[in-house]
Amino acid sequence: MRGLRHIDRLGALLAAIGAAALAWLPFVVFKLNRILPGDPRGLLQVLPAPASLACVAALILAASAALLIAKPQVRLLAALLGLVALAAALAAAGDVLTPLGNQVVRVAPGSGFWVLFASLGMMASDAVTRLRPGPGMRVLYLAVFIAAAAIPLAHGTFDHISVMREYRVNAGRFQHEARRHVLLAFGSLAAAVLVALPVGIFCHRVPRLRGAIQGALNLLQTIPAIALFGILMAPLGALAAAVPFAARIGVSGIGAAPALVALFLYSLLPIVANTVAGLKRVSPAAVEAARGMGMTSWQILAGVELALALPVILTGIRIVLVQNIGLVTIAALIGAGGLGTFVFQGIGQNAIDLVLLGAIPTVALAFSATVILDALVEVMNRKPP
Amino acid sequence: MISIENLSKQYGATTVVDAVSLAIERDSITVIVGTSGSGKSTLLRMINRLVEPTHGRVLIDGKDTAGEPAHLLRRRIGYALQGHGLFPHRTVAENIATVPRLLGWSKQRIGARVDELLTAFQMEAGEFRQKFPHQLSGGQQQRVGVARALAAEPSVLLMDEPFGALDPIIRAKAQEDLLAIQRRFGTTIVLVTHDMEEAFRLGKRVAVMSHGRVLQYDPPAMLLTRPADPLVARLTGIAHPALRLLSLMTAGEAAVPGASPGPTVAAAASLRDVLSELLWRGADSAAVVDADGRPCGCLTIEAILARGRAS
Repeated sequence: MRGLRHIDRLGALLAAIGAAALAWLPFVVFKLNRILPGDPRGLLQVLPAPASLACVAALILAASAALLIAKPQVRLLAALLGLVALAAALAAAGDVLTPLGNQVVRVAPGSGFWVLFASLGMMASDAVTRLRPGPGMRVLYLAVFIAAAAIPLAHGTFDHISVMREYRVNAGRFQHEARRHVLLAFGSLAAAVLVALPVGIFCHRVPRLRGAIQGALNLLQTIPAIALFGILMAPLGALAAAVPFAARIGVSGIGAAPALVALFLYSLLPIVANTVAGLKRVSPAAVEAARGMGMTSWQILAGVELALALPVILTGIRIVLVQNIGLVTIAALIGAGGLGTFVFQGIGQNAIDLVLLGAIPTVALAFSATVILDALVEVMNRKPP
Repeated sequence: MISIENLSKQYGATTVVDAVSLAIERDSITVIVGTSGSGKSTLLRMINRLVEPTHGRVLIDGKDTAGEPAHLLRRRIGYALQGHGLFPHRTVAENIATVPRLLGWSKQRIGARVDELLTAFQMEAGEFRQKFPHQLSGGQQQRVGVARALAAEPSVLLMDEPFGALDPIIRAKAQEDLLAIQRRFGTTIVLVTHDMEEAFRLGKRVAVMSHGRVLQYDPPAMLLTRPADPLVARLTGIAHPALRLLSLMTAGEAAVPGASPGPTVAAAASLRDVLSELLWRGADSAAVVDADGRPCGCLTIEAILARGRAS
């Protein structure tokens, strides 16, 4: 009975969910073409005995590690082993179910696959959290993870899986839209930083205006994204019609211009608010001493105030970047491009694989941005150890 | 020497400092003391132009301080304040190097100066150079704050309640250190405090301020024996004026030739301490010895009591 006390609670939950998914949910969905409803298949039905048993064995191993082993290193390795087995099984299922040379049938990951994938992913991220890696280590983990995903993808391992089928068909457009997505997210962020930083400093210096400015930005933040895109159409369209130069550089009622403007507006509040909060936490005695020792206003601002507020400001930038990466998806609705194009096209065509082609990279992008900027914030905060 | 001439500061209709004139002696500690709201900090901050005066002027060695950009003036004047104001993101060495860096000193010269100051403040340079302020004790932070103010060898050091945040024991030590540092570097120090005890202990001359005006500017003993204003008498003599007066004189100054069978006291000890010692031991007189232990006279309890009288 003593052993029972050492059963990991999160591990027990994840193992139970995983086992249920393996037993009752379809591992893959087989479709005769991309539109037709699919035919669910279990893991054991699809793969020949040695391969499916090997995969199940790896999953059982991961589950027992999740249940019984406290060492985070072992838990992480077991979770990664499970993920590799799961991915290999999916690739194999694609190969087995696709008749040679057939470009029409679709093998999509089923709900069972996704639930197992999520359970193992949670187990892995929980293990990483328990390891308490430093900021550099976390970025390294991310790089290894990206490489581990990119190599088989580039190698064509998953080419018979539906999402990769969609990718093959849309490869040229995918790269274009992905680049567009990143440009919109980072471009609006850069513009917002350039404006919000001085505004934040101004708000800090003139407390009487702080309430008014932050109130206005707060109000802006409450407008739903789609509504804001709509609101911007009319004035930008009018601007393009009235000023030929504006139209020539790409300003119009729909497309990238209103998307950039809306994302820029949404980005202002978090950066302004965090700049003010960061500056507020700078000790007045330090600023007073800096002045008393003969530092100029610029030297005090750059060398003392902003230097000390930087971790908080970076946290604001992190919030904005993750928010923007998500919002750009919606901007596809007004023709701004980006990965959202695939999402809305997929919804329109009832082709869930196309939706995933837009959604998965967006999530991966937001996740990577979070990890990298969090690490950066921690490094900044640490400098006085 | 610093001459403060007819200096005033008004904020709207309120006069914070009202036509103050003071001549501050070179190479000594001058203390400005007063209750909160007396204008003492504003007066100090007008010397390095952290506050610009409304009327009047300040001369340092005969030169009007208004004649140069304020930030350049401040680099020539040390400034230490309550709560030390160290930069939390910079190491002890970087903090101390602030003004020398602004002045463009060479790396070598800065490094040597940092080590010299840390040693002067009894902090082992190799150990403390790379520490961050939050890794230091309150007393160490305060010392680094003063070291930073002295880094560029200023001839004038302004201190605004520098020991206000320290507990009494560390505070007494910091005051002793300041006296030693002043003797070592020969800096002209102007110090603001609300603590009369501190003013008497440190100041060669003390300016007592109230409501923006200097009520009296004299050596501490004069403030006690000849207060120029009833308020000065009240401020200085709140508790034990006789003992305070005795604490201003040393055994060496009061000793007369002769020998005593009583306890031995150091020439540097204050009469207050000697009196306390004699009362405690039930003796009538003490033998005074100098720093090397050589006898230099004796001191009777009657002689001490005579010196504690107001007139």
